[in-house]
Amino acid sequence: MSVPLALLGLLEREPSHGYDLKRDYDTYFGRGKALPFGQVYSTLGRLARDGKVTAGMSEPGDGPDRKRYAITPLGQQQVEEWLSEPVAAEPYLQTVLFTKVVLALMLGRDAAAYLDLQRATHLRRMREFTQIKRTGSLADALLADHGMFHLEADLRWIDVTQARLGALADMVRES
Amino acid sequence: MIIEARRLSRSYGNTLALREADLAVEAGEILAVMGPSGSGKSTLLHCLAGIFTPDSGEVWFGGRRLDTMSDARRTKLRRTAFGFVFQFGQLVPELTVADNVALPLLLGRVRRKEAYARAAGWLERLGLGELGGRRTGQLSGGQAQRVAIARALVLGPRVLFADEPTGALDSLTGEHVMELLVGLAREEGTTVIVVTHDARVAAFADREVIVRDGQVTNPFAGQAVR
Ligand SMILES: Nc1ncnc2c1ncn2[C@@H]1O[C@H](COP(=O)(O)OP(=O)(O)OP(=O)(O)O)[C@@H](O)[C@H]1O
Ligand SMILES: [Mg+2]
Repeated sequence: MSVPLALLGLLEREPSHGYDLKRDYDTYFGRGKALPFGQVYSTLGRLARDGKVTAGMSEPGDGPDRKRYAITPLGQQQVEEWLSEPVAAEPYLQTVLFTKVVLALMLGRDAAAYLDLQRATHLRRMREFTQIKRTGSLADALLADHGMFHLEADLRWIDVTQARLGALADMVRES
Repeated sequence: MIIEARRLSRSYGNTLALREADLAVEAGEILAVMGPSGSGKSTLLHCLAGIFTPDSGEVWFGGRRLDTMSDARRTKLRRTAFGFVFQFGQLVPELTVADNVALPLLLGRVRRKEAYARAAGWLERLGLGELGGRRTGQLSGGQAQRVAIARALVLGPRVLFADEPTGALDSLTGEHVMELLVGLAREEGTTVIVVTHDARVAAFADREVIVRDGQVTNPFAGQAVR
């Protein structure tokens, strides 16, 4: 899913060790399911290979990996693009939407504008479903309804989140 | 552009309900107005329809300035060029369905026989042909809204203003009402501006604008691509 982008986004705040990235990831995006260390380091390895992060020299100490990772301009560009693009309007998107909102707030981006864009994207898909319901078979209509109910749930979440953006921003910046 | 609002502001006492809101609506367009409760949607709709005058800013309708028109001319324009559907309470409960729909025609001095014939035609189009003799106090919510739509369209308005027209209906009935409203508006070429919280209702529109803190956040979004 968005693990590489979430880690990149966390790195855009400041250069960090893998351990700190894992801790922050688990705090904000893990929701009870911790990211395994192995996945953190393999993801960072791939990001380094692709030129999106650089790994500093190993520092003396315990632990498996004492490298400090820093984001590159290429990595920053990818975060920027990812945060300003709406997610395609499909059901079951909550985690991606949430990740984008939290990262946008962390990095001082315009999270409200992102949510507006996401709402417009969802509503466009709702219009397509409405069209299918008007012209399609009963089976098409019922499937469209299923999709619409899920998009409606996302849209409600978008509204509620937008209304609480200030409080969420405080929370994200405090910690 | 059939309706255009420029930098509209309107307050109630200390509450600034609209702050320099802009909006432009093309003729024949179906526009949904969304946004949080208390953001100013109804106030905006009332200003566009000439029911309220804004404290500042301009409202244009078909090349004419609405907000500076005399009350008499504005009232006349509202009666003939605009139709209205609200959440509830617009029908006269003691009158029959046919009376309610014929009423705007009778007030416009159309002859009785013709008024009732035209009303019957509209009731037919809304699937209410059987109910002409029923008192509107005895209708279901969905039926009452269909009568309200017939009454709003009977004079052939250029613009139909609707504020939460399905707000009191369950979602299936609401969808049916919207389908009729939008279907008839498209057949007649009527512009529709509908305020709604409901994404399913908004999905019937060509585009949506969002009102937040008294401003339209995306007044022209999606317009050029039509
Ligand atoms: N008659 C009134 N007197 C005083 N304040 C009012 C009046 N009507 C509206 N307001 C205030 O103006 C602001 C905008 O109200 P408006 O009714 O336009 O919002 P809305 O977006 O239509 O809300 P809702 O979705 O709840 O219908 C709100 O803060 C409201 O409390
Ligand atoms: Mg309102």
